Amino acid sequence: MRQRKKAKRAAAYLAVSAGAALLLSGCGSQYQVLDPAGPVAKTELHLIVMSALLMLIVIIPVLILFFYILYRYRDKPNNTAPYEPNHQDSKVLEIVWWGIPILIVAILGAYTIKTTFILTKPPTNTTPITVEVTSMDWKWLFQYPGSHIATVNYLDVPVGVPIQFVLTSNAPMNSFWVPRLGGQEYTMPGMAMRLWLQASYPGKYYGHGANFTGRGFSHTTFYVYAKPMPQFKQWVQSVKASAKPLTMTEYKKLNVPGIVGNLTFSSYPKNVFYNTVMNDGGKYMSSTMDSMMAIGKKASTSNMSGMPGMSNTSGSSK
Amino acid sequence: MPPSHLSHWGLLITGDPLIYGADASIVLATVAIIFVLTKYKKWGWLWREWLTTVDHKKIGIMYLIAAVLMLFRAGVDAELMRTQLALPNLHVLGPEHYDQIFTTHGTIMLLFMAMPFIFALMNIAVPLQIGARDVAFPFLNAISFWVFFFAAMLLNISFVIGGSPDAGWTSYAPLAGAGFDTGPGENFYLLSLQITGIGSLATGINFLATIFKMRAPGMKLMKMPLFTWSIVATSILIIYAFPALTVVLTLLLIDRIAGAHFFTIAAGGNPMMYINMFWIWGHPEVYILILPAFGVFSEIAATFSRKAVFGYKSMVFSLLLISLISYFVWAHHFFTMGAGAGVNSFFAVASMLVGIPTGVKIFNWLFTMFHGRIRIKMPMLWMLAFIPCFTMGGMTGVMLAAAPADYQYHNSYFLIAHFHQVLIGGTLFGMLAAMYYWWPKMFGFMLNEYWGKWAFWLFNIGFYVCFEPQYILGLMGMQRRMYTYPKGMGWTDLNFISTIGAYIMGIGFLVLVWDIVYSIKYGERDLTGDPWDGRTLEWSLPSPAPHYNFAVIPTITHRDHWWELKQTGRQDELKIHEQDIRPIHMPKNSGKPFLIGLSFFVVGWGFVFEWYILAVLGLLAIFVMMFMRSAEQHPDYHIPVEEVVHTETALGRL
Repeated sequence: MRQRKKAKRAAAYLAVSAGAALLLSGCGSQYQVLDPAGPVAKTELHLIVMSALLMLIVIIPVLILFFYILYRYRDKPNNTAPYEPNHQDSKVLEIVWWGIPILIVAILGAYTIKTTFILTKPPTNTTPITVEVTSMDWKWLFQYPGSHIATVNYLDVPVGVPIQFVLTSNAPMNSFWVPRLGGQEYTMPGMAMRLWLQASYPGKYYGHGANFTGRGFSHTTFYVYAKPMPQFKQWVQSVKASAKPLTMTEYKKLNVPGIVGNLTFSSYPKNVFYNTVMNDGGKYMSSTMDSMMAIGKKASTSNMSGMPGMSNTSGSSK
Repeated sequence: MPPSHLSHWGLLITGDPLIYGADASIVLATVAIIFVLTKYKKWGWLWREWLTTVDHKKIGIMYLIAAVLMLFRAGVDAELMRTQLALPNLHVLGPEHYDQIFTTHGTIMLLFMAMPFIFALMNIAVPLQIGARDVAFPFLNAISFWVFFFAAMLLNISFVIGGSPDAGWTSYAPLAGAGFDTGPGENFYLLSLQITGIGSLATGINFLATIFKMRAPGMKLMKMPLFTWSIVATSILIIYAFPALTVVLTLLLIDRIAGAHFFTIAAGGNPMMYINMFWIWGHPEVYILILPAFGVFSEIAATFSRKAVFGYKSMVFSLLLISLISYFVWAHHFFTMGAGAGVNSFFAVASMLVGIPTGVKIFNWLFTMFHGRIRIKMPMLWMLAFIPCFTMGGMTGVMLAAAPADYQYHNSYFLIAHFHQVLIGGTLFGMLAAMYYWWPKMFGFMLNEYWGKWAFWLFNIGFYVCFEPQYILGLMGMQRRMYTYPKGMGWTDLNFISTIGAYIMGIGFLVLVWDIVYSIKYGERDLTGDPWDGRTLEWSLPSPAPHYNFAVIPTITHRDHWWELKQTGRQDELKIHEQDIRPIHMPKNSGKPFLIGLSFFVVGWGFVFEWYILAVLGLLAIFVMMFMRSAEQHPDYHIPVEEVVHTETALGRL
C-alpha cells in the first residue's frame, strides 16, 4: 500500500516536472501558476498537469491519425489506398471511442472531486491565522483580526502557516488571486467567503484582482510578503508601534473609488469588516458571520499582540 | 467616478478622435448608400426584393451580410484591443474606452455575428435540405431578422451616441447596476440583447416547427441530413435557454431604470442570481453556437471524402446528448464563487462529460475521411483546420473543467485563449466553411479558391500566433480585461507576438472580403447546381434555387438521397414533369416585419434614454402592426402552373 502510494507520488512528481520543464524553459517564477510557492498552488498544479497529460493521451493519437488519414486518402489519380464509399458503421470502433473518453473522464473526475474536497481544508495542521480581505474600488484592504492591524495593497504573512482569507467586497465583485500561492476566489458584497492559502518559502508574491471592476481594474495589484514567523511578528510589532490608526473617517475615504499606494494602519474601527458585510446584506452568511463575530470579539477583548488561532478551522461553525 | 461621456450640449460623444472617425465613417457610408440607391433608382428594388421579403433564402443572405459586417465591426474592436496591449503601459486607448471596446467586442461577436451567421445557414440550407418550400412561419422569420437587424443597429450606434456599455459582455451586476454604471451605455446592452433575443427565440421555434412538420414525404427523422439534425438540437437549446436571458435582462433593466433591487444585495436582492441566470442561458448558448458548426462539418466531411458519414446514429445521439448535458454545466463559469465542494464537483464532472460525445464526433469525422477520397476544396480546408484547432481547444476545455485547477485559470488569459480557440476554431471556422460550401447555392457562383486560400492561411496562422501565447500569459498570471499592464511581469514578448497574430488575422479577413468582391466579378458560374458533387437534396436544385424551391416536392427513400440517386444513375427520378406541376402555395411579401423591427428600435431607444413616451409609441406601433397582420385576409397566394413551367423551362429543368 505504502509502496503504491510512493510510486504514485513519484509518478505525479515526474509528471509535474515534465510538464513544468516543457513550459518553463528556464524562466522560473514568471510562469507563476507553474511555479507554486505553497501547498495549495502545488495541489492545483498537480491537477493541471494530470489533466493535461490525460488529455494528451487522446489528443496526440487523434492528431497523428488525422494527419495520417489526410495524407493517405487524398483524392489523387493513382492513390492505392482502399476506397469504400459506404463504410459507415463499426460497432467495435464506436465502442472504443465512446469507451476511451468515458474512462478518462472517470479518472480525471475522481481526481478532481478528491482535490476539490482537499482544498476546502487548511493545507497543514499548524495553527492558522486569519486575514480579512475587502476589495474596494480599486484597492485591497487587509485586516488582521488577530493583531488588529490593517494594510492596503500589500500584506505580510508568516511562512509555513495556513492563512484563512475571509473575503468580501465594498464595491462590485472582484476576485482575490495570488497565483504562486494558489487559486482565486470571488470577493462579493454582502458575502464572507473563505479561501485557504499558505506560503512555503519567504518571498514577494504578485496578487491581483481577477474579476473586472471598472475603470481602475488594471491597477488592483497587491503583493504578498511571506517571511519567517519571527520577522513577521517583528513586523506586526513595528506596525502597532509606528503606524497611525485607521479611523472611520479614513475608512470611508478609502472606500471612495480611486487608486492609492501601500498603506499601513496600527488599528482599525471595531467590527468594520463584519459591519461591511452585514450592511451590504450578509443575511445569507449568518453562520459564517457568527463565527466572524466570535473572532472579532476574541481579538478585541484579549487585545493580543501575538498570533491567536481560530477555533474553527474549516467551514462554518454551525 | 462618472463613466459617462455625455457632453453638456447633447447626446453626441465628443473629444475622442476615434469617435470622430466613427462619426465620419457612419455619415459617409450612409451618404454613399443613399447616393447609389438614388442614382441607380434602386429604392423600389430594395423595398420589394429585400426589405419586404419573406423568402428564407433572401433572409439568409441578409443575415449573412449582417454577420460579415458585424465580424468587421467587432474585429476592429479586437485589433484596437490588441494594439493597446502590444506593449506595456501604452495609451492608445484609455481605460474607459478599452472597457467599452472589450464589451462590444464580446457582445457583438457572440450575439450579432455568430448568431446571425448561424441563422443565415439555417435559413439558406434547412428548407432546401428537407424538401420544403419555405419555413413554417415565413412572416415570423422576417420579423426575426428585422428585430435582430435593428437591435444590432441599436448597439452599434451607442458608440457615437450616448456611450457604449462597459461592464463586459457578461455585464455582471452589481457592476452593471445603476449604482456603479451610470449613463445609457448599459441600457443599450440590455435593450439590444433583449430585442435580438426575441428574434432568436422565434427562430428557434420556427425551425423546430419547420423540421418537424415540413419534411418531404419519406424523409424520416433518421434520414435527415446531419446539418438539419444539428439545427434540431440548436433550436431546442434556443427554446429552453433564451427565456432565462430574457428574464435576467428584464430584471436588470428594471433595477436600472425603475430603481428595483433584484441584484442589489443590500436591499435584499442577490447579484449571484444574475450570474446564475445569465449562465443558465449562457452555457447552452455556447452549444447553440457550436452545434450548427458540427452539422456543417458532418456535411462537408462526407461530401469532400465522397463517403457516407461514419456512425450517423452516433452523430445524432451525440448532438442530442451534448444539448442535454449543456443544461447541467452552467456553474463552471463561476467555480470560484464559493459554492461548496459538492456543487463544484458536480459541475466539474458534468462539464467533463461534454467532452465524451464531442470526442466521439471527432473520431467519427476522422473515420468519415478514412477509406474515402479527400478533395481539398475551400470548405474542406476550413473543416480540416477545425479538427486540430478544436481538439486543442477541447483539451484546454476539459482542463478548465477540473474545478480546483480552474481556480488558477479563471478570468486569466488561459481562459481567453481557450474560448477563442473553440469559438474561432469551432464556430467561426464552421461558419466560413459553410459560407464557401453553400455560397454557390445562394448566389449561383463559386468563391475564388486562390484568394480563398490566401485568406485561409493568413487567418489560420494568425490565429495560432495570436492565441497560443495567451495560454502561457494566463499561466504567467495575466488577467483578462486589463487595459494595460506593467513592465517586468514577463508578459511583454508574448503580448507583442499575440498582437502580431491579431494583425495577421485582420489581413486574412480583408483578403476574405476581397475574395468575395473578386468572385462577384470573376467568380466561376455554377450552372449544374451541384458544384461539389453533393449528397443532400439542396444540390439537386439549380443554383440559386427558384423562390418556391421545389417545383414538385420529391419523395425521399434514402439518407443522402441525391447521392444515392447519382450513384445508381437514377437522377431522373427528381426530374420534373409538366403534368405533375400544381399551383404552388406561397406567402406574400410584407413590409410589416421591417416596420416591426424599426418600431422595436424606437422602443429600445425610448427605454435606453428613459424617454417613455417614445417607448410607448413604439410598442403601440408594434401592436397595431400585429393586429393588422391578424386582420389580413390573404397573406398568401398561389403561383400559377404557367409561371412555374416558365421558370423551370428557363432554368433548363423541363
